Amino acid sequence: MQNAPLIEIENLSFYRADRKIFDKLSLQIPRGQITAIMGPSGTGKTTLLKLIVGQLKPSSGRVLINGQDVNQLSRNALYELRQQMGMLFQTGALLTDLNVFDNIAFPLREHFKLPEPLIANLVRMKLEAVGLRGAYALMPAELSGGMARRVALARAFVLDPQMLFYDEPFVGQDPITMGVLVSLIQKLNASLNLTSIIVSHDVNEVLSIAEFACVLSEGRIVEQGTPQELQQSESDYVQQFLKGLPDGPVPLHYPVEPWSVG
Amino acid sequence: MLAWILQTTTRLIAGLGSATLGALQGLGKRALFVWAVIPALPYSVWRIRLLMKQIYFAGVLSLPIILTAGLFVGMVLGLQGHHILTTYNSEEAVGTMTALSLIRELGPVVAALLFAGRAGSALTAEVGLMKSTEQLSALEMMAVDPMKFVIAPRILASIIALPMLAMIFIATGIFGGYVVAVGWLGVDDGAFWAQMSEQVDWYDDVINGLVKAVVFAILIAIIALYEGYESVPTSEGVSHATTRSVVHASLVVLGVDFILTSLMFT
Repeated sequence: MQNAPLIEIENLSFYRADRKIFDKLSLQIPRGQITAIMGPSGTGKTTLLKLIVGQLKPSSGRVLINGQDVNQLSRNALYELRQQMGMLFQTGALLTDLNVFDNIAFPLREHFKLPEPLIANLVRMKLEAVGLRGAYALMPAELSGGMARRVALARAFVLDPQMLFYDEPFVGQDPITMGVLVSLIQKLNASLNLTSIIVSHDVNEVLSIAEFACVLSEGRIVEQGTPQELQQSESDYVQQFLKGLPDGPVPLHYPVEPWSVG
Repeated sequence: MLAWILQTTTRLIAGLGSATLGALQGLGKRALFVWAVIPALPYSVWRIRLLMKQIYFAGVLSLPIILTAGLFVGMVLGLQGHHILTTYNSEEAVGTMTALSLIRELGPVVAALLFAGRAGSALTAEVGLMKSTEQLSALEMMAVDPMKFVIAPRILASIIALPMLAMIFIATGIFGGYVVAVGWLGVDDGAFWAQMSEQVDWYDDVINGLVKAVVFAILIAIIALYEGYESVPTSEGVSHATTRSVVHASLVVLGVDFILTSLMFT
């Protein structure tokens, strides 16, 4: 069981209206490691996360977490499973009418009847871990983008989950914040014995911490393996993506009729 | 020619069919939304602080507009009523007329229209923005049901707030009518109140008026929250949803008022 993959995706297909987003996608996400799911914008990385956590239902195929089919679970069972999951949203998604402290205390207060001093201690510990213990009284609107994301991260692991999902954690962050986030993610994963799944297209940051990575394109996984294996991939597409080349299998130009003169 | 007629007819029938299906589908989605929120309602009764906050936003903050509108509507009723009733030498009845039109119709309906414009639009925009900033998703991921935490308290708060606002509207309206009829146009003070208290019935008028307000509150809250919850999570989507919320809620209030009136007062 210890070595069995934590999350198994089997033949997952997903359609949005008539557009095919995923086509029989299969992927196994190892336990206790940092896994990166990469791909250009618009390949449905966030959609894949939502499918894994059961916020969207696949058209066909299964998602197994600890051997349980996420889409067969009752609402209560799914909510129980969600307490084992933390998610860092692209926008942070802090509740705008609560301050930093109450935002982090929110999941604790909703799920456990704990005495207030204990909640305060737990919240302070999590805030300390992301380096924001001094910012507990600020409102979300007063936080910088990087701080908001760190607060959201503290909230995501306040229930000590088994898995942490990161939806584009590095988008729009300055280099310093990126560095902070990268080291935080790595530290958290090691110290809390987590399984982390990072969805991102910031190749360098992600590959520096991921132990397992895969590249998505057109609804399929085109390559997977360790970061070293990916770098050596023979796929032109993977090479173009990892190196950020302007032209290659993914053309620079949106499909268009060729010029015609006369 | 025949082929053209056939083709046009088929297209018309197909268009009618797809419009009907679309309308039914919309209705079904709203019904599912209501179905999902019903089990969450009892839970929100116990979340007093959440509920109080929403009552404050929907109710207390709507007071200025309700008070102002009530006063002016009442004053206009006093003026018009006096003008018409003088021709029959029965201007004392202006009190009765003002009170009955306010209690039976104008109080609940105008308060509901104002409520849809002020509180309903705010509910749609707020929930729509919560959706577009992923707060609703985040709640789900924290294993907190948005129906319980966001939707139900707002519905309950509307049901509590709107009848109170309607009563306040009616009271200020009657006061406005009194100021104009008695204070300005010289109708007899005693006759104004005596006729009113004789003619207005507690059950037939006041209770029915309140029932209307409760029904309108439920409809406005559900329409506003559904539009927000199902809005396209972009700035354009939220703005469309807000407009739709006010337009639909206002029309539904007027339509349902006719149905309720025909059930209550015939």
